Amino acid sequence: MTKTYNFSLTLVLALVFTLFLPWWGVMVAAFMAGAIVRLRNVSAFFVPFLAITLFWIVYAWVLSSSNDFILAEKIAVLLPLKGNVFALFLLTGIIGGLSAGVAGVFGNQVRAVFSQQNS
Amino acid sequence: MKWFKLILSGLLCIGLGIALNTKLGQIPPLGKFLSPQAGVWQNEDSGMGDAIENLEGLSAPVEVFYDEALIPHVFAQNDQDLYRTQGYLTARHRLWQMEFQTHASAGRVSELIGTDGIEYDRGQRRKGMIFGAEKALETMKEVPGLEALLVAYRDGVNSYISQLEPADYPVEYKLLDYVPEPWTLKKTALLLMYMSDMLSGGDHDLEFTNFVKKYGKERFDLLYPDFYDVNDPVIPAERDWSDWEVEVPSVSEGDFPLDFTANTMDKPHPDNGSNNWAVGPGKSKTGNAILANDPHLGLNLPSIWFAMQLATPEKNTFGVTLPGAAGIVIGFNNHISWGVTNATRDVKDWYKIKFQDDKREAYWHDEQWKPTTKKIEEIVIRGGEVYYDTVVYTHHGPVSYDHSFKGNEQQSGYAMQWTGHLGGNNQQAFLELNAAKNYDEYEAALQYFVAPAQNFIFSSTEGDIALWIQGKFPNKWKGQGKFLMDGTNPEHDWQGFIPQQHNAHVKNPERGFVSSSNQHPTDPSYPYYVFNDGYDTYRNRVINDFFRSKEKFGVQDFQDLHNNNYNLKAAELLPHLLEQIDRTGISADEIDVLNELSQWDFYNDLDKVGATMFERWWTRLRVMVWDELSSDSLELDFPFTYQTVYMLKNHPDNEFMDIVETDEVETAPDLILKSFKEAMEDLETIESRRGNLKWGDYKGTFVAHLLPGVSAFGRYNLPIGGNGGIVNATSRNHGPSWRMIVEMSSPPKAYAVYPGGQSGNPGSKYYDNMVDTWAAGNYMDIQFMQKASDSEKMIFIQTINPKP
Repeated sequence: MTKTYNFSLTLVLALVFTLFLPWWGVMVAAFMAGAIVRLRNVSAFFVPFLAITLFWIVYAWVLSSSNDFILAEKIAVLLPLKGNVFALFLLTGIIGGLSAGVAGVFGNQVRAVFSQQNS
Repeated sequence: MKWFKLILSGLLCIGLGIALNTKLGQIPPLGKFLSPQAGVWQNEDSGMGDAIENLEGLSAPVEVFYDEALIPHVFAQNDQDLYRTQGYLTARHRLWQMEFQTHASAGRVSELIGTDGIEYDRGQRRKGMIFGAEKALETMKEVPGLEALLVAYRDGVNSYISQLEPADYPVEYKLLDYVPEPWTLKKTALLLMYMSDMLSGGDHDLEFTNFVKKYGKERFDLLYPDFYDVNDPVIPAERDWSDWEVEVPSVSEGDFPLDFTANTMDKPHPDNGSNNWAVGPGKSKTGNAILANDPHLGLNLPSIWFAMQLATPEKNTFGVTLPGAAGIVIGFNNHISWGVTNATRDVKDWYKIKFQDDKREAYWHDEQWKPTTKKIEEIVIRGGEVYYDTVVYTHHGPVSYDHSFKGNEQQSGYAMQWTGHLGGNNQQAFLELNAAKNYDEYEAALQYFVAPAQNFIFSSTEGDIALWIQGKFPNKWKGQGKFLMDGTNPEHDWQGFIPQQHNAHVKNPERGFVSSSNQHPTDPSYPYYVFNDGYDTYRNRVINDFFRSKEKFGVQDFQDLHNNNYNLKAAELLPHLLEQIDRTGISADEIDVLNELSQWDFYNDLDKVGATMFERWWTRLRVMVWDELSSDSLELDFPFTYQTVYMLKNHPDNEFMDIVETDEVETAPDLILKSFKEAMEDLETIESRRGNLKWGDYKGTFVAHLLPGVSAFGRYNLPIGGNGGIVNATSRNHGPSWRMIVEMSSPPKAYAVYPGGQSGNPGSKYYDNMVDTWAAGNYMDIQFMQKASDSEKMIFIQTINPKP
């Protein structure tokens, strides 16, 4: 249950923060979600990771598909991913997910320290 | 333990955030770059903005009609609104390019790429690019009303920039991780300097000096003659100049300094040039004058040109603009059409400066020490400290070469004198041409045009055709400026300029057509001194022979000529090679190649294998003839192509035919055989690599993105014939950057294309959509709207209102 809660909260906060923050708004979102909704062990990383990976892939897909993936095909050569557009979506998701996951872990640790002090 | 985990995860989190926000080497900041909120995904866009927009400073609404090629047709109520909108729309489609080109012009590349840019930037500063731009800006401000138009253009660009969020920045900014800066009038001047440098920045003075010092004047005159034994000049040889009163300065008695120079600055591409031609009513099938132009430049994306229609109640002009400058550069209106080719005149000279001492605060000139001025150039380097370069100026111009730049002597240097520094007003010339209604107004507009000198071709609905070789030309004594000159001798200074009225020109010549393709401007009877500085000798004869070949011409003939792949050099050289080659002991494979070559029709069409065979043979042969020059530690230029062929045919025993490396003494027939053997090896390699020897596949024409190394944004292996020196001058990465044909009916009917697309965004479907049309030799039918209500063929209509 807390996993779903954290997942949803990360997504909502990410949507809100990136309206006015740069790309690292997703990190702030994952950090806060992690601090509010504590997760155990590896899920502290993987839940925000999945949330933002999904968010970025879906968002990128929406932007790119409406333009026939013209730029995605070129960036997939530039980066270099041998022109594989799916690899580019995957990379985009992982970069977003990774930063969110790490921020989520940090949020959890802050929460852990503070709850310990409070108790 | 919890604290430890907290600190560790905190550091990891912040560290990763910073790492993904930072450009590491060639890798863009991946977090920023790939984020869908602000990164490249936001550039997946083929749009043109909103149907209704606001623009600060407009006096009345402006209507913009986009056609299916994304060409904006702009209808404004006055010039200020027109050029403000031009700036605004150009920025929308070409912002990165317009800024990058002016950075390149000003020597500010290091700001973007780091230390790798320093040599280039120093070269630009030492060429006086900024100095020239500042002079041009002063001249522009002298013309009443012009500054206000340039300010409107600038503000239009800046209105666009100021409403951008980082997410909206063109993809190149995201790739290199920097941000756009505001546009300025100086940037417009810098862009015009960039063109001046591209088209008139070349010279051979120091290389020629090296040659003369090493081999003597007699050999020099044989290899680099003022005139070739063929000449079909821009101004027809029939033109009589005898009614002019001409004063040419007398030849200086003083000696030229004979220096050896090991390294010279990079030169513009030698193929930078163009074709233009026009037929008058008498030679036109329909009785309307017809005009064509195709400027040959490096093939890049975003394209150097941006097509537009610019209309006010007073004028209505269509053509291509240079992103960063106001108005149309090559185009037409309801009355006239015009185009340009490079005049390729020697307008850059070098003077050896003698400094008083190591401080370089004074130099010897006219029997006295004269003070220098110094300009400290600040080159900002990305990720490094600012680099300071002191450039000394004399009355000639900047001392480009000195102890710290490609030289080593403390008390001497080479100063550049260049018409690019005179402060021309090409901007005014273009704006007046845009509105010109007849020959007289065309002639009046040209006088502002100083550098790079151009062959301005003209035709009108009234039926006039004309051609002016326009620029500001130093009036030189015979021999002046061919070699490094003596900076202490005032007789070596430029003594004045050819009067505007004496610039070579022709109106309605008897032959019924005018043309130019960077060949010799005139025959030797032109009373001013002009020498060969790399003139075309092949395209001009093919073009002129074509127009002499029949009575009447139409638009289809013009298109055919643009796409003409006839290789006149091969036609003049290959039969000689085939006749001279020693066939004793030649292999069966070699016989096959010789047979193929003898059957080739001299056309560099896509599927011709003979063209590839000849090209390899010629390339090997040319290098073999001039091996003395390429193996030298000094900088020496090969003699021009025509003269190389001339030497092979007429001086087969000349000492230069000998190959230095070998013990025996070679003559031309030996070289012909040896180079053929080398070419055979090349052909085998090519065939094994590509599977065939077809010209188009071998040539592999490409259009590259302006940023070196970003091949993902370029277009490669384009199926197009031609080559340098051919009317269809498409070589590997150089060629016709805009092809335009205009029939001067009422209203004019135009056909045009360029190897790119209107959008500078690699994510737009309009980024490279014209490339295939261009390669196929096809054209777009230009929609020349006569009024704002003719909008049925338009795909998007935008109204730009004054910002409340």
